[in-house]
Amino acid sequence: MTAAVALRRLARPRRAWFVAAVLGAGLLAWPLLRGRDTLPLGGAELAGAHRFLNGAFEAVDASRNSNPVFLYGFNYLRLLLDTSTTFVQGLISQPAYGRPAPVLGWLGVTALATAVAWLAGNLRVALLACLGFVSFGLLGLWTEAMDTLALTLTAVFYSLLAGIPIGVAAGLRERVHRAITPVLDFMQTMPTFVYLAPLTLVFLIGPASATIATMIYAVPPVIRLTAHGIREIRPAALESGISLGATPAQLLTKVRLPLALPMIVVGINQTLMAALAMVTVAALIDAPGLGESVLQALESLDVGTAAAAGLAIVIMAVVLDRTTTAASVRRPRRRPWWLVTAVLAAAGIGAYLSFIYVWASTFPQAANFGPYVRRAVDAADAWLLDSAGGVTDLVRDRMTAWLLNPFQTLLTDAPWWWIATVAVAVALFGLGVRAAVLVGAGVAGLLVLGLWQDSMVTLAATVVATALTALVGVVAGVWMGRSSRADGTIRPVLDAAQTLPPFVYLVPVVGLFGATRFTGILAAVIFAIPVTTKLVAEGIRGVRASAVEASGAAGATAWQTIIKVQLPLARASVTLAVGQGLIYVLSMVVVGGLVGAGALGYQVVAGFSQHELRGKGLAAGLAIVVLGIVLDRIMRAAASRAGAQRA
Amino acid sequence: MLDVDGLWKVFGPRAAAQVGTELSSAELKRRTGCVAAVRDVSFTVAPGEVFVVMGLSGSGKSTLVRCLTRLIEPTAGTVRLDGEDLGTASPARLRELRRHRMAMVFQQFGLLPHRSVLDNVAFGLEIRGTARAERHDHARQVIELVGLSGFEESLPEQLSGGMQQRVGLARALAVDPEVMLFDEPFSALDPLIRREMQNEVIRLHRVVGKTMVFITHDLNEALRLGDRILLMRDGAAVQLGTPDEVVGAPADDHVRDFVADVPREQVLTLRWIMRPAGPSDALDGPSLPPETVIRDAVHTVLSADRPVRVESDGSLLGVVTAAEVLETIA
Repeated sequence: MTAAVALRRLARPRRAWFVAAVLGAGLLAWPLLRGRDTLPLGGAELAGAHRFLNGAFEAVDASRNSNPVFLYGFNYLRLLLDTSTTFVQGLISQPAYGRPAPVLGWLGVTALATAVAWLAGNLRVALLACLGFVSFGLLGLWTEAMDTLALTLTAVFYSLLAGIPIGVAAGLRERVHRAITPVLDFMQTMPTFVYLAPLTLVFLIGPASATIATMIYAVPPVIRLTAHGIREIRPAALESGISLGATPAQLLTKVRLPLALPMIVVGINQTLMAALAMVTVAALIDAPGLGESVLQALESLDVGTAAAAGLAIVIMAVVLDRTTTAASVRRPRRRPWWLVTAVLAAAGIGAYLSFIYVWASTFPQAANFGPYVRRAVDAADAWLLDSAGGVTDLVRDRMTAWLLNPFQTLLTDAPWWWIATVAVAVALFGLGVRAAVLVGAGVAGLLVLGLWQDSMVTLAATVVATALTALVGVVAGVWMGRSSRADGTIRPVLDAAQTLPPFVYLVPVVGLFGATRFTGILAAVIFAIPVTTKLVAEGIRGVRASAVEASGAAGATAWQTIIKVQLPLARASVTLAVGQGLIYVLSMVVVGGLVGAGALGYQVVAGFSQHELRGKGLAAGLAIVVLGIVLDRIMRAAASRAGAQRA
Repeated sequence: MLDVDGLWKVFGPRAAAQVGTELSSAELKRRTGCVAAVRDVSFTVAPGEVFVVMGLSGSGKSTLVRCLTRLIEPTAGTVRLDGEDLGTASPARLRELRRHRMAMVFQQFGLLPHRSVLDNVAFGLEIRGTARAERHDHARQVIELVGLSGFEESLPEQLSGGMQQRVGLARALAVDPEVMLFDEPFSALDPLIRREMQNEVIRLHRVVGKTMVFITHDLNEALRLGDRILLMRDGAAVQLGTPDEVVGAPADDHVRDFVADVPREQVLTLRWIMRPAGPSDALDGPSLPPETVIRDAVHTVLSADRPVRVESDGSLLGVVTAAEVLETIA
């Protein structure tokens, strides 16, 4: 270790040269070593680790009804969540309680949703909610949409039940805040697909697993924002309460919670959107609803059906987002009581009608325009491929042949020890001993998981996707950072894109490019661009105005100002932005696996559907986590180095 | 009424050990990392008095007023309200005192943005557990007293800064406290509004006659409102006296610089400029009491052709002539 430290100290001034030398030497050696020790593993083959994990799965399965942890803990939790979800489904989506239809039919649900949107928001969002819910029926996806809504609402209910008290505690106690922050970070950065498999192991396939997976993903925002709202209350308001003799309980209920309420509602909004996104993804573990429709359609490359279901998801996201956003704005005027009563009464009548009459319960078949939508999309897709197919094929093939294939071949055809040596050496000379140790540990992890070559394919795709994301993100981010008009135009688009569930991105990409590795990469890039662009824009705007002015005053062109002043000064933010983009890309790897991206993502998906591949699927998920942690830490180290150099 | 004795507030590690320190602020910070915000301050506020604590920012005055109601725990020293030691009061007892006997008005108003003016003013009564109808009745009366009638249902953000602070004032008045604590209540307001609000406080003091402790960094405000003024610097009391004592007999050069620009004829009384009657002085001129402010005596002194006698209870204290008055004004 001391030798390594000494080496690092010596190397410091010429770090870039050492890195270049290592890479150069590695590349020269590559042709000689090609094809040796590449550790391939066939689709149905299992490595030792996979058999071990399979065994663990079996053991858990066997002990489900004997182990006290299951008997008195997990099983009851599963029962509670299953019952809750089934209850809500019985209300709005599935036949229940001896009835041929759910308790509330389309008219009742639409009327209630409209009334709630009006009460919580305003007339505009009420109208939007009304049109949105009717459109589910028009698309012929009423039941699927209600299943998605039922799962989302159940998960959000429990998320709020747990999240708001935790958030309040974290807002009041610094120690709690410090304890939960890393946990929340972990919950939010871990790719969602990784914990799906272990959850189904514990809670079986069904609503409980879907709900818990959704909660893991959706609960952090409401905790964070509740804590933030409580912490940010102006001291004067608190002091005035204390100076009037308020007890701690009075202070909480009369001062803290009301003042934090707008922030809590923002948290509820984010939790709701995250839950919707995750519920659609939970289709992978058989959660019913729109996500399942998209998933099945994607698997059979039925673009029309996928687009209709995707559209319904988008509509639901927009309705839920607008309603909760409108609810977070404080209104100065109260509504007259008679108007509120009238609206509630109308909603009640709608609900009653839908309880009694078939026409108000089941959406009329005559108004089902779903098939037309599907056919129209298919026709449009066919036409687009016909007329622009040459272009899209060209883009796809060129990118694949010139960028993706060489890079992937470089990684997959090399001996594992060659890649390990080069990676550790580059980390050592570029970032120091800790980074090198981390990379070494990551390599060891991938080897143990037995999926080396698949990991290299995924790594290549990830790096290419991240590079594309960075390219687009930096260009767009610089533009946004420099021009407030560009910011005003682009930002709403990015905001909207971020509220959409990831499945939705796949649909148009599959429509245009078919099912290939490139499709998965492109979907990941589209998914990651918003966050990267926003962070870059923030960094550019954070550059001191005086530095930019000085550059202009010295006669620099806009290009020179960007290259010599703004980007270097925003270097830490840009690095962070690319790092975040990378995390987003990785979390899309599995979704990409659905449409031909193969490798780790495919293994995870296969693990969900094939019993004997469960262990391998989990190992693939863990391999994604290993890649994510190593790449993320390296980006962070690079970012802090960039920050240190700037200072 | 309110007795403060040997009050210290030290922020930082091992704060209690620094009580009694003689080190300067900079030295204390360097050696121990502590900041002594209040150093050994003692004073007594009489019932019905307006007691002003005045100092520049960082002089410890806001910390001092918070120590009086234990929004900040004092490090050492005692605060007594009618002989009862606040420092040893239990949390429940302290709440009781805050609910009924002391109320505070804040620089940043501290209003609750989600409540109407009426509910903000009634907040203290609500905390106490007063029934809704009763507290609203009482709050309406207080709102009228501070001149906000008609705005009961407005939200704070719909009011101007001056009106918001009237709400803060009404909230404090609504609990009918014996002592009102003002923490730079008008610093955030425009000069014109500030003057109007000062007049309001003077008027209210006349109407309700509360004991007031008033924190300010504005010397003119201190001189206008204060029966007595406590000047603070670096946490320590520099001078305690009536406005004319502070202007007429500054305790040190710092205070002298500070009051240099005050129009002396508006603050000082004849007591400060009279001289002993000499043998050459004619003693048959007009007579004025020593508490007369110079500005009010100018006309009499300048229009008399002989020295004005300053007399209290029939005994001659001194004389004032045009020369003394002109020296003050010039």
